[in-house]
Amino acid sequence: MIGAWRRLDVSIALFALVALVLAILVVLPIGWLAWYSVTDNSGHLTTANFVRLVADPAMRKPFIITFQIAIGAALLACAVAVPLAWLVSRTNLPARGAIRALVTASFVTPPFLGAVAWELLAAPNSGILNQWARKILNLDDYDYIFDIYTVQGVIFCIACYTFPYVFTVLANALENIPADLDDASHILGGGAWATLRRVTLPLVLPSILAGTLVAFLQALTIFGTPAILALPAGFHTLTTKIWSLFQVPPQPNLAAAAALPMLLITLGVLQFQRWLLGRRSYVVVGGKNSPPRRIQLGALKIPALLLCFLIMLGPIFLPYAALIKSAITNNLSDPLSLSTLSWRHLNFILWEFSGTRDAMVNTLILGVASATAVTFIALVVGYLAHRQLVPGHRFLPALAMAPIAVPGIVMGVGLFLVYTRPPFLLYGTLGILLVAFVTLEMPAGFQQVQAAMRGLHVELEEASRIFGATRMQALMQITAPLLRTTIIATWSIVFIGVIRELSATILLTTSNTKVISVVIYDLNESGELGAIAVLGLFLLVITFAIVLLVNRLPILGGRPVR
Amino acid sequence: MNKNNAPMHRRTLLALSAAALGTTRAHAQASSAAPELIAAATKEGTAVFHTSIDLPVAQKMVTDFQTLYPGIRIQLERTGAERVLQRIEQEYASNIKAADVVESSDVTMFLGWKKKSWLAKYVPSEVARVWPQDEKDPDGQFASVRAQLSVIAYNTKQVKPEDAPRSFADLLAPKWKGRMVKAHPGYSGTIVTSTYATEKALGWPYFDTLAKQRIMQVQSASDPPKKVAQGERSIMVDGSEYVVFYLRELGNPIQEVYATEGSPLISGQVGVMKDAPHPNAARLFAEYVFSLRCQQLMADAGGTRSFHPDVKLAPGRKPLSDIKVLRSIPLELEASVEEVKKKYTEYFGV
Repeated sequence: MIGAWRRLDVSIALFALVALVLAILVVLPIGWLAWYSVTDNSGHLTTANFVRLVADPAMRKPFIITFQIAIGAALLACAVAVPLAWLVSRTNLPARGAIRALVTASFVTPPFLGAVAWELLAAPNSGILNQWARKILNLDDYDYIFDIYTVQGVIFCIACYTFPYVFTVLANALENIPADLDDASHILGGGAWATLRRVTLPLVLPSILAGTLVAFLQALTIFGTPAILALPAGFHTLTTKIWSLFQVPPQPNLAAAAALPMLLITLGVLQFQRWLLGRRSYVVVGGKNSPPRRIQLGALKIPALLLCFLIMLGPIFLPYAALIKSAITNNLSDPLSLSTLSWRHLNFILWEFSGTRDAMVNTLILGVASATAVTFIALVVGYLAHRQLVPGHRFLPALAMAPIAVPGIVMGVGLFLVYTRPPFLLYGTLGILLVAFVTLEMPAGFQQVQAAMRGLHVELEEASRIFGATRMQALMQITAPLLRTTIIATWSIVFIGVIRELSATILLTTSNTKVISVVIYDLNESGELGAIAVLGLFLLVITFAIVLLVNRLPILGGRPVR
Repeated sequence: MNKNNAPMHRRTLLALSAAALGTTRAHAQASSAAPELIAAATKEGTAVFHTSIDLPVAQKMVTDFQTLYPGIRIQLERTGAERVLQRIEQEYASNIKAADVVESSDVTMFLGWKKKSWLAKYVPSEVARVWPQDEKDPDGQFASVRAQLSVIAYNTKQVKPEDAPRSFADLLAPKWKGRMVKAHPGYSGTIVTSTYATEKALGWPYFDTLAKQRIMQVQSASDPPKKVAQGERSIMVDGSEYVVFYLRELGNPIQEVYATEGSPLISGQVGVMKDAPHPNAARLFAEYVFSLRCQQLMADAGGTRSFHPDVKLAPGRKPLSDIKVLRSIPLELEASVEEVKKKYTEYFGV
């Protein structure tokens, strides 16, 4: 009995600690943000910031454009992801694995890098695609087909790297539809298309909507893509406008006020999404009785595969080709040929430029530390909540999921306000970035763990306890090995998230705490696109290498069965 | 940097022209830094250098310094002058004293920091020995490390020399609509200064009309030459002359134009921070950047113009004395910086 009490005490202490950490991570920045938005420079209460948001056209215009972009990008991402997900998960399309891998690669590619690559491809005059178009279609010298420096260009570029969100949610839902339902439809005389239209589609509609809403939120709050593509076109989005408010003389109060609506919209959208997905529960009523039956595409196989690869031109094939080309040619305007090959950019980034090493080291430290911290906290929270070990366990998941409502730039502004002054002076250290990444990535990590915990019955642990194992031993020997895949997936997702992050980072970085994403942003500012190509490809290689390595690590029960 | 402006500029110009013509005076190449300073700097081992000089040129300076003093590693932070300002102001507001040496093309930044007494009093030996009086702070807190012009330039593959614009007024021609690029005063010190000088000469209505030309808006003054070289736009409205020089030497089709109305003259200053965490390495690096070796390197590799009388102008570059320049008076500029940025945003939308 005494032992049981002590265990409970440890659990409660752990619970309190985790709850406190999570609360500080979320509540502090949002609290300061709210306070700043209703005060002026000298700390007096005022509504002037909000009045300016509405009254000043320079503030109002970015709001409207941001909405156009977010809606456009979400719809485009949806239009691309729906056929792709259906083909991959419900048909006998060849090379499904390769297509899934390409979708993952689109997710891993930082959007700001994609935006730079699309500058190389679709800038109106120098863009490679426009040069080809002029040649093929015999256009005049300054005519062009594509212009990436437009609202449409920004929408396209954002959709390229947000469609994986829709794809993942949808592919998941499609795979969970039991074949019984298809069979029922067939027996009743429904053909393949009738089944698709009248059974499958209605069943996954909530997932499509939910995924599209995630894409909408991503597009609403993204910083890198509009910073690279919208400024040259002469317009601001909300995120770039907020960023510009930190120019000297900084206007943090107005920035806070401009960030708050984004937070509210996100909260609203997430609530709506939860309601949508909540209604979906009937989908799996039948349970997973038999594996989903794949539709035979027949003669459509090849056209369908072509469609998939055509879609992948946008996020992967074309941008990567453009980056590689720019990395190895001397000048951007040079065509790719033996005589224009040059080590200039490689040499500069890998050997000469001091920023590469510092930023790469910081990026890796932060990536590994954030991924490890999030995985650990998510596991503790997941375990405590799932096993219902402590009173009040229901609040922990809510706390862990709360940051999902906080867009990167909002978190950036909030953390900046909290940690640039005593008592928490974290600005200028990697600590502030670690706090930012852990907070921002916590929901994604926790979702992974939660899903896995649901599939783990407590009886396995209990069996181990009956044979005399302590709770800790049961955890280490039974539960942890079973969670191995989840742990690796969680870790990798957070790590990739850190590499991709720019919108909070850009506000929180200092000269001694630079990360690669910020270096790339700085290089873009002075037009060093060749250098960006090298650095970006280098970053991707390292990211893939680390994710692969982690997947092969023999941690947590990777040992052979006795 | 003092108030008696008119004579100052004439003298500045003379100094620059003298430098341009290569008035040689025998002077040892190696730096004249004291051995004690070198020893103390080597002990510190590193220094953080913020600059708005275009990255390839700045990196060459740093690499050369590190060859001279292998024990010292310079951490190079390159971004537009206005973001240099923003970063360091943010850091100092949070009591983070990380910057050692700062270079910026926005002179008003140094005037402001001098008032806040953020700058150390340190006069590098070459500055004391040969620098023109008007190109160094009378209290020894900073000095001009480079001068450059903001110029018009065009892509020689896309524009024939006879069709190229010769003046700011030419840029308003309908044929250039959608074909020009320019940098932004919110990010670039060079462009704050050039916008101010151009506005003085031509007035805001000029920018009002210019803004209707569907201009591609980039940030740093280093970027427009790259967009022209790349062929993305045919003409740059403003941007760094020295970047045009070095891009052409790399084989890019780009040609500068000195506008008939005059080309804005911008000087970049260097100062050592008072609270520099590596004070000796900072001072040694300041010694180096004003040395003939570094000044000649900047002029050759980059094409910046030097105030060091012994620096020789590379062939093919027009001496400053042959160019009509638009000058800005630092104190007047300081008073108008905010106004310039604000007005600009109104006209150009970002």
